[in-house]
Amino acid sequence: MIPAAFDYVRAESAGHALELLAEHGDEAKLLAGGHSLIPLMKFRLAAPAVVVDIGRITELSYVRDAGDHLAIGALTRHRDIEISELVGSQAGLLAAATSKVGDPQVRHRGTIGGALAHGDPASDVPAALLALRATMVVDGPDGQREVSSDDFFTGFLETAVGEQDLLTEIRVPKVPDAGWSFQKFNRRAQDWAIVGAAVLVNGGSCGVGLVNMDSRPVRAAGVESAIAGGADAAAAAASAADGLEPPADLNAGVEYRQHLARVLTRRGLEEAGA
Amino acid sequence: MQVSMMINGTSVSLDVEPRTLLVHYLRDHAGLTGTNVGCDTSSCGACTVHLDGEAVKSCTVLAVQADDREVTTIEGLADGDVLHPMQQAFHECHALQCGYCTPGMIMAAVSLLDEVPNPTEADVREGLEGNLCRCTGYHNIVKAVLSAAGGDGGAS
Repeated sequence: MIPAAFDYVRAESAGHALELLAEHGDEAKLLAGGHSLIPLMKFRLAAPAVVVDIGRITELSYVRDAGDHLAIGALTRHRDIEISELVGSQAGLLAAATSKVGDPQVRHRGTIGGALAHGDPASDVPAALLALRATMVVDGPDGQREVSSDDFFTGFLETAVGEQDLLTEIRVPKVPDAGWSFQKFNRRAQDWAIVGAAVLVNGGSCGVGLVNMDSRPVRAAGVESAIAGGADAAAAAASAADGLEPPADLNAGVEYRQHLARVLTRRGLEEAGA
Repeated sequence: MQVSMMINGTSVSLDVEPRTLLVHYLRDHAGLTGTNVGCDTSSCGACTVHLDGEAVKSCTVLAVQADDREVTTIEGLADGDVLHPMQQAFHECHALQCGYCTPGMIMAAVSLLDEVPNPTEADVREGLEGNLCRCTGYHNIVKAVLSAAGGDGGAS
C-alpha cells in the first residue's frame, strides 16, 4: 500500500512549522513519528496535499523537571519516555502506559505529541494523562495556550489542536508518592487494548482514565468521586462504565466492554492502593 | 526528490517520490531485497531494519524520514562470509522454518540486545512482540536470541 502523492516540506523549528501551517492551511498535515498518520495515508483514509515533517525539531524532544510538574516535549518518543528515570520516578503511570504502546519498533518512532494529537480513544497514553491531570501546551497563530487534559479530547479522532496549531509540550504533575496501575486487556501481544484503565491513587483522591470506552479518551468521573467520598475499590469500580458509550466490534460488544471497565478499574484501584 | 542515506556503510542517493516508503526505497530502488514486506500495516515486523541503530518497521517510515540517516538491513550484518552472532545463533538453533520473518526477526533481536544485553526469556518474548512468525517457530527463535546473548535466560 502506497500513500497518495503529496508535497513534502521539512520544518526546521516550531516557529517554522507554524508558518508552514499558516501557508498551507487545511491542505497540510503534520508528520511527527508517523505511526498514526502513515498507516492512515497508506489506507488512503488521509490524503494531505502537503506533509509538514516536524520529526527533526529536536527542540521539542525533552523531559525536564519543572518544579511541581514534568515538562515533556511533544516530539519526545515513546521509547525515551518509557526509559526516562524522571518519568519513572515522578509519574510512573505514564512510563507504564507508554511501555504498553504498540511494540519496540513502534515506540522507537512514535511520539507522545503525535499520539495525543491523533486523539484515538484506543490509545494507551491519553488515559494515563487524564488520570494524571496533565496539561497540554498548544502554540497557534494567536500565541500559546494551555489546555487541560479534560478539554483536550473533543471527539472521535478530534482534539483541541486546530488546523493551524502545534502541540508543543505536555505538563504532567509530579506525583512521586502516588500509587498507580495501568491495566491493559487484550488477547494478543501488541494489540490495541480492548479496554484499558489507568489508575492513579494519591492520598484520598484518585484519577481514572479509560481506554476504548467511548468515542474519545475519557475519565471515569463516578469512580473518582466515589473514592473521594470514602468508597472502597470494589464499590467505586462498580460505576466505571456509567454514562459511557463504548464501541462494539469484532473483539467485544458494549456490555462486555462495560464489564471489562469495571473489572480493570477495580484491579487497578486495588493495585494502586485505594 | 533526492533522498540520501548511508545503507550498510555505503552512501546511497536516489531520486524518489516523497511518498516512497523506506522498505520500497531499500528493495525497489537500492536493490536490497533481504528486507521483506509482510503485512504492510506495521504489525508483523518482517520489514524491520535499523534506523540510526534502532529497530523500526520500514513499511511505516517514509524514505525521506531516513534522509541523511544511517540504515542497516539484514545484508549489512555479516562481516563478509562470517555471520553476525545473531545470524549464527539462528542457524545453530534452527530458529526458522520458511524464513520469511527471519530478516526482520534478526534485526529486531539485535536491537533488543543493544537495549537489554542480558535478557530473561520473558524479556526476549516481550521484546519480539512486534514480530510475527506464522510457522509458530517462536520457541527456537527465543532460544537463539538467548544463545546470542550468551546467557541462559535467567534459568539458573
